[in-house]
Amino acid sequence: MVENCTPLVGCTKETTVDQEATRALRDAAPLGRFIGLDVYLDRGHLAVAEVGEAWRSSDSLGAFFGKLQNLPFYRAMSFTLVYTFVTVPLLILLGLMIAVAVNSLHRHLKGLAIFFSLLPMIVTPIIGALIMFWMIDSRGVIGNLMIYLTGDPQLSLKASTPLMWIAIIIYGIWHSAPFAFVVFYAGLQTLPKDQIEAAQIDGASRFQQLRLVVVPHLMPLVTFVTLIKLMDNFRVFEEIVGFNAQAHATSLSWIIFNDLGGETRQLSAAAATSVLTILGVAVLLSPVLIRTWRDSRSTH
Amino acid sequence: MFLRSLTTAGVLALTAGGAFAECEITARVSIVGNEFPAIQTVGAGAQDCSGAEVTTNLTADHQKINLAGMQGDPAEYTSAIIANSSIVALMNEDVIRPLNDLVDTHGDRLSDQQLIRIGDDVMAVAFMANAQHLVYRADVLSEIGVEPPKTYEDMLAAAKMIRDKGLMDNPVGGAYAAGWNLAEEFVNMFIGYGGEFFEAGTANPSVNTEAGVNALNMMKSLSEYMNPDFLTHDSNATNAEFRVGNVALMNMWGSRAATLTDAEGVPQEVIDGMAIAGPMTVGGGEIPASTLWWDGWTVAKNVSDDEAASTFKALSYAIRPEILDDEEVAKQAVWLIPGYERTEAAKGVFAAAQMGTKPYPMLPYMGLMHTALGNELSDFMQGKESAEQALADVEAAYTAAAKENGYLQ
Repeated sequence: MVENCTPLVGCTKETTVDQEATRALRDAAPLGRFIGLDVYLDRGHLAVAEVGEAWRSSDSLGAFFGKLQNLPFYRAMSFTLVYTFVTVPLLILLGLMIAVAVNSLHRHLKGLAIFFSLLPMIVTPIIGALIMFWMIDSRGVIGNLMIYLTGDPQLSLKASTPLMWIAIIIYGIWHSAPFAFVVFYAGLQTLPKDQIEAAQIDGASRFQQLRLVVVPHLMPLVTFVTLIKLMDNFRVFEEIVGFNAQAHATSLSWIIFNDLGGETRQLSAAAATSVLTILGVAVLLSPVLIRTWRDSRSTH
Repeated sequence: MFLRSLTTAGVLALTAGGAFAECEITARVSIVGNEFPAIQTVGAGAQDCSGAEVTTNLTADHQKINLAGMQGDPAEYTSAIIANSSIVALMNEDVIRPLNDLVDTHGDRLSDQQLIRIGDDVMAVAFMANAQHLVYRADVLSEIGVEPPKTYEDMLAAAKMIRDKGLMDNPVGGAYAAGWNLAEEFVNMFIGYGGEFFEAGTANPSVNTEAGVNALNMMKSLSEYMNPDFLTHDSNATNAEFRVGNVALMNMWGSRAATLTDAEGVPQEVIDGMAIAGPMTVGGGEIPASTLWWDGWTVAKNVSDDEAASTFKALSYAIRPEILDDEEVAKQAVWLIPGYERTEAAKGVFAAAQMGTKPYPMLPYMGLMHTALGNELSDFMQGKESAEQALADVEAAYTAAAKENGYLQ
């Protein structure tokens, strides 16, 4: 305890770190103290003790999950997983639709259409999110439109958790659909003309051609896009910062950012979350990777 | 040609000689600090010194680089400009040196009230003060016929009258953005209710108390008179709401008050109506629900004595009393420099000091508490959980972080 003296105020008693004692500890163990997996298991991360307690004290699954939402890691995971599993299929579908549509355009129009379809990807994600953030403000274009449509003047996207999640998910789809589009469009150029012609002669409708010829041809690319985007979306970050949405949605990457951004930087906490992110990506990708591996074996 | 460059060189040498006499240093000076007008004035002032190179790196991200830049030996930065919340991060890692000897030899320009003492050591030299206090619209308050509120309870009553009269939908402004801002508002309110963040003499948290619950309930009541997006409003957004005339009452930083209505397109009634008063108390308490802050400079530990002395001299020169002769500079901040006369905009900060506002706690683990508050309070503000649950979450999050950092066993 020492006395701190501050201008305009006078002196107060405060605690400080005893530098000499700290130095002695550091010299004794220059690499720090080995604490095993303690950081991984504490409340900031996997929260094993708290999850166990929540399990024992809840009488229904709903109550258990409600309590999980109170722990930063599980709160982040619930948003991240919903975001990932909603955006990835939808962005693939949207990308495929744009690719097929652009491919059927007249060749003079194609260049222009490709340029405009790629725009969302050209905009830096954080800048795009900031622009959207102001558009969904209750006085912004989209926010105003929603108030007009629902007739509720108090409606605010930014104050409602479900609406904020939807806004972030829509932004995520809008932003990454061009990636799927570019990949699928390239794939469409390799589509053999004779197969399509054969299907036409057999009397297949346009939709049947798409479902039975085009999509199977693009399947390896779908796997590729799924892999990349699962990985990308699991690390959702810019959207949360740009939308200022940390009160409603967090992700593992955001937790790392937040741990490093305080007055006292929490390096070990951030490091542990980073490792958990990598493990999460590995778990998420394993089903797709195993399937691809099996497919490649069965063809030989 | 040769002659001309010779004369130029001579003129340069002469002018350099002029500055030489005022501030003469012998070793490199390198300053890292936050970026706002008052600090830029200080950085530029130090660069007027001659004899050796003075570099500055003033950026809003200074807290991410100052510690790393001072841990090396020799340190990259010979000085960091910090505030009372951020000096602890540097002291925790022992990268700044006591200034007692330098004050004795080179400190004749400094007054005693600028010296920040930790125990017996002078650890920093403060040059400006800051606090949050009431900013209000005098025209709106006179329309409903009430005095500027002195307590948060009065503020709520005034807000209700403004809303009932239909003058404004959301008359209260507050920097309640989830994260640092929300935590700061809780710190203010908690201190106003007489709370102590830690059990005396330990790092054990004690926010889940009656004071904590009261503070949260008051914040919740205030938020009902705020723009529904309040959890995304930092002090910039809150000021913007005030500028367009949507807000009549807010708790705002003194450092923002001087330039609040300077932007383009601010309606005339906002410019004329804006007024400043001291911070408010809450719950019948004596101590204002606000915190007092200072900004000051330090000298790095891992630099040569020559560099330390040069840094001290250059920065003392940068905050010499004569800089206040420039009116623009004088109104940039509430300067803690001898001879500073308070301007109209500085009224609130001075009132805060007179009312005995507590300084923001300079505790090694306060940063962790602030982060925990910023993360865990937003659920309560959205009505998703009770005040007790939110505060229990804060304590649990803080405890986990404090254990990771070795403050708690």
